Amino acid sequence: MMNNFLFDADMAAKKIHVSREFNAPVEKVWRAWTEADFLEKWIAPKPWRAETKTLDFTVGGVWLYAMVGTEGQRHWVYAQFTAIEDGRAFSSIGRFCDADGNPVMEGPGSSRDTTFRAIEGNRTRVDMLITFEEESTIKMFVEGGFKEGTTLSLSQLDELLASE
Amino acid sequence: MRRDIFQAIAHPTRRAILTLLVTGAMTPNAIAEHFNSSRQAVSKHIQILTECGVVTHLQTGREIHYHFNPEKMKEIDIWLERFRKMWEDRFDQLDNLLNNL
Repeated sequence: MMNNFLFDADMAAKKIHVSREFNAPVEKVWRAWTEADFLEKWIAPKPWRAETKTLDFTVGGVWLYAMVGTEGQRHWVYAQFTAIEDGRAFSSIGRFCDADGNPVMEGPGSSRDTTFRAIEGNRTRVDMLITFEEESTIKMFVEGGFKEGTTLSLSQLDELLASE
Repeated sequence: MRRDIFQAIAHPTRRAILTLLVTGAMTPNAIAEHFNSSRQAVSKHIQILTECGVVTHLQTGREIHYHFNPEKMKEIDIWLERFRKMWEDRFDQLDNLLNNL
């Protein structure tokens, strides 16, 4: 079945639009994006796994979780919910943090607006707009990863990804 | 301070300078003529672009010409490709979860 995956980056505008269709009704997809037990099953790129410390899905609430590597290394991720329209959309801001959720870098993190829409066939389309709020946010990605003449290692990549 | 490609494109004037240079090499004066900001401000942006490696310069006699270096822009593509792949993989995992819900 076509999933109509879309990935549209406008780095100059510091925005990335990601879109995808899922073969499940909105209610299910929404739960998979907002409940810890479900999120942990898909959010970590293999072989990493996700481990939630706290998830408070309310406006102002926080999802604090770790990406756990095969050797037990942890990259903590902090996401705070800034807006919730139940069953339809939510917004969050994310950043690098330590195990207590304290930011490890100056400046704002990236923000993400995620919307869920029912489409034909009892399926769901999810649209996600990731915005890097300031230049410093993009630099944060870069400094974790790009170094002259080297490519990103998988663990560095996870660290980068964790920050969005 | 370390410079990188993302810093190069982070400012509208620098993006405009890159757009100019894509069409051909230019002298600093020719670049500055396209902007209302002071020559000094434009020159500072050119300097940052040079430090980022996205612009190189070539001196012929007394003239300096700035060139666009497309290789450097590929760093963004590499990062984006990985980022894209990561979301594709995540969504495949999400498909599996949804099938079993």
